Amino acid sequence: MIANLPDSPVLRRSLALAPALIIIGVFMLIPMVVMAIFSFLEAKSFGGVVWNFSGSAYIQLLYERMLDDSLRLSPGYLIIIARSFLLAFVAMVCCLIVGFPVAYFISRQPIQHRNMWVLLITIPFWTNQLVRTFAWIIILGRNGVIEAPFRFAGLLGADETLGLMYSDFAITVGLTYTFIPLMVLPIYASLEKLDFSLVEAAADLYSSRWEAFSKVIIPLAKPGIIAGCLLVFIPSLGAFIQPDLLGGGKKLMLGTLVQFQFSTARNWPFGSAIAMILLAFVMLFLILYARAARNAKAMDLH
Amino acid sequence: MTNKATSVSPLHPDPVSRPIEEAGPARTAVELDRVGKIYGHGTTAVEALHEISFDIRDNEFFTLLGPSGCGKTTLLRTLAGFEHVTRGVIRLFGQDIVDVPTHKRPVNTVFQHYSLFPHMTVADNVAYGLRRLKKPADEIRGTVDEMLRLVKMERFADRLPAQLSGGQQQRVALARALAPSPKVLLLDEPLSALDLKLRQAMRQELKQIQARTGITFIFVTHDQDEALSMSDRIAVMSEGHLQQVGTPTEIYEHPVNRFVAGFVGDANFIEAEIASPIGAKVTCRTRGGLELQADATKASSGQRDAVLFLRPEKVRLTEPGAGTVNGTVRDIQYLGNSTLMEIDIGEPASVIVRQSGDVNQPACRPGDTVGVVLDPHALQVLAE
Amino acid sequence: MAVQVDVPPLAAPVRKTEKRRAFGEVPGLATLAFGFLVFLYLPIAVLVVYSFNAGNIVMVWTGFSTDWYAKAFANEDIRKATLNSLIVAVSATAIATTCATLAALALARGGSFRGKVVSLGVITLPLMVPEIVTAVAMLVFFANLGLNLGLGNVILAHTTFCIPFAFMPIRARLEGMDTTLEQASRDLYASDWETFRLVTLPLLMPGVLAGAMLSFVISMDDFIITLMVAGAGDTTLPVYIYSMIRQGITPEVNAVSSILLLFSILIVTAYWFTTRQKPGAKSH
Repeated sequence: MIANLPDSPVLRRSLALAPALIIIGVFMLIPMVVMAIFSFLEAKSFGGVVWNFSGSAYIQLLYERMLDDSLRLSPGYLIIIARSFLLAFVAMVCCLIVGFPVAYFISRQPIQHRNMWVLLITIPFWTNQLVRTFAWIIILGRNGVIEAPFRFAGLLGADETLGLMYSDFAITVGLTYTFIPLMVLPIYASLEKLDFSLVEAAADLYSSRWEAFSKVIIPLAKPGIIAGCLLVFIPSLGAFIQPDLLGGGKKLMLGTLVQFQFSTARNWPFGSAIAMILLAFVMLFLILYARAARNAKAMDLH
Repeated sequence: MTNKATSVSPLHPDPVSRPIEEAGPARTAVELDRVGKIYGHGTTAVEALHEISFDIRDNEFFTLLGPSGCGKTTLLRTLAGFEHVTRGVIRLFGQDIVDVPTHKRPVNTVFQHYSLFPHMTVADNVAYGLRRLKKPADEIRGTVDEMLRLVKMERFADRLPAQLSGGQQQRVALARALAPSPKVLLLDEPLSALDLKLRQAMRQELKQIQARTGITFIFVTHDQDEALSMSDRIAVMSEGHLQQVGTPTEIYEHPVNRFVAGFVGDANFIEAEIASPIGAKVTCRTRGGLELQADATKASSGQRDAVLFLRPEKVRLTEPGAGTVNGTVRDIQYLGNSTLMEIDIGEPASVIVRQSGDVNQPACRPGDTVGVVLDPHALQVLAE
Repeated sequence: MAVQVDVPPLAAPVRKTEKRRAFGEVPGLATLAFGFLVFLYLPIAVLVVYSFNAGNIVMVWTGFSTDWYAKAFANEDIRKATLNSLIVAVSATAIATTCATLAALALARGGSFRGKVVSLGVITLPLMVPEIVTAVAMLVFFANLGLNLGLGNVILAHTTFCIPFAFMPIRARLEGMDTTLEQASRDLYASDWETFRLVTLPLLMPGVLAGAMLSFVISMDDFIITLMVAGAGDTTLPVYIYSMIRQGITPEVNAVSSILLLFSILIVTAYWFTTRQKPGAKSH
């Protein structure tokens, strides 16, 4: 059937690449360009756009249009952006504080155990995010696993609650829980490569434990730490499920704000504008990361 | 280690303290007293070191020699503090250091695979220990320059380890370990990763650096040539047990047992029983019925059976009938600087002879009959 | 000079090793690591345990029962959503894996050419763009084009973001493969097609299988993109679970979720063992 492959290697290569490039090009690249264009158009009342160029979607981020058509600075959306950054950052720090010691522990285990640990940490990551986030409602929620003993002990009345759910705290827990494997695995990868005799050499050359840690282990694990931080921070910044399920309707983040504009508010240009801003932040961090990775590679010639 | 006097580098020792050391008898740098190390517990326990006791003198180039797994590296690691001893005492210039943690021992290590910090330049690597000891910056700079000059690496100060060859990394590792002027320098098979030519050149250089710095070197190797050519004294180890401590000549010429004799160079062993009262010399009767005179200084008084030992280069060949015994040439191996011959003398084991281009020795071919001289001074009875 | 180890009858002192820890050891690390495992798995365990709760309020335990599973299996909407999920996942996996295999071959065996870096960038784009952005971009695109293929829209969307997940293990496998095997095949008079069919493809199969399994898991688990792209009748299982959570939590949600979890865990474990054993490949 295909026994006769095209002779020209260029043609063959192009034909092989085409399907993947066309699918992603048509269903992802073009939609993103369309969305970028939409962010500069005017909103139609119930979804869709009016083809008039306008920067109003971006203006809306900062200002509120008053009845007399004057603009007033409105911090509402900036607060949402700030909350997204803050919660993503706190989640990243929590992941680092827990993830680094765990990664170090795994890297010091015998090789068979190490693989088992990696599997155990990988499994939850590949299981359904929605379902895993839902599990936290059962834990943090009203009458949940945490509140139950308080209720049982009479410390919490029937209509009282600890108020763990629908808070920044709940969102942070959800983000940390979901993305922590992305912190542990890259740090583990760089610690596993670390030759432990370097730590012995540090000790031999009069380093205290802290000095060996800060002068040798940390610098050598840096590529893994940077990768882990970005792998947690970036998806946290654009997260939807965690703020949606655990933050309720009140604690919006960029991801839920975008979704809200397309589903409930039906303001497509504004939704597109926020999506573009989110995308811009993510791309910025990816570029910074690529630079850091290149520098790290230049230093580590072997 | 921390007082002001140590700002003097190892190359120019403290003019006050030095003469006192030289005037008195050689001081003991390291004293091992019944050091034992057991890994694991219960039935899976492995004894890595068994009751090791010996002394290492100050300024000595001391070598721990033995096959892999004999415990020499474990012993070195207990000196550095990477491993804890299970029992026994280790004294460093009289002070028990068993409970002193690694980073407080005035002892530095040259690691087998160098273990240079890959994220630091050569100069930063060499300065590392000095910085941890909180030396003043100008002193650190001076010592680093001096150390790099000592190992001829001053041109590479700003390179990263990955940009250096194996031999260069080796030199940096040496400079790094010497920079804090340790009381004892530990070297864990530092030459094993180098190729042959470089290894031989480094032997000489290490020896010179040891002489110049006056620091006690403890050198671990499995290579007997390395040990014999560099050391002031050697400790031979096997399976966690100390076999013999002595100068290279003592170890080579008068090994105490079959293991040492066989490990340090080639050896002929002839099994025999002692046929005369034990004295300085004894008469032995071999399995093949041969009567041989041998040196019995190592023999114990009640000994009946004996292993006779003779280095191949101590065997002489002569005309048939003119030697101690006649033999038949089985095999000849030409090695360039010498020739090895295997000669059947009617014993269970044949005798290996090494000839070093001596014109007085008869030329022979396989199958020839020759006279074999087994010199009673060179033939030794080994201890049980 | 011979040192006979002539030990005085006095036994050498035994050192107390318990108190001294090795330099690299940090106390409490093992506790932390096992605590971390508990943190990872406890929510999952809680979810599964409450799916066996007899009562109809999730968090009030009234007794053991498998009724909610029976109820979930009997629920027509759940069955339809599950079927949709499977149709989407199988189709998207098949298309994405085929495209990814071809692309990986072109990029790993096509030599160096202009546009290689760009092609790689385009293929891995879905990994870099936040899901919510992909989701709304596709929504805008489909809505504006008036493209309404029902489940077809969902399959196209899933294929798009599954391609990089299928691509990565396949390319890794290709790059780890010994190219001299392909040279040997050509040396032994095989045509390019025969070389591909008899040498390259069989050696590549574990990579293809791994890529397909990853795609399948990613497709089965996707929620936000499907939520945006799917029409009313084309609900997949995660989207259905989401709507159940929104309406109020009953142990039925837990039961369905538990089944989905079990499914993912099985595939991920299978994936793990597929990629770890590499028969025929040059082991590095």
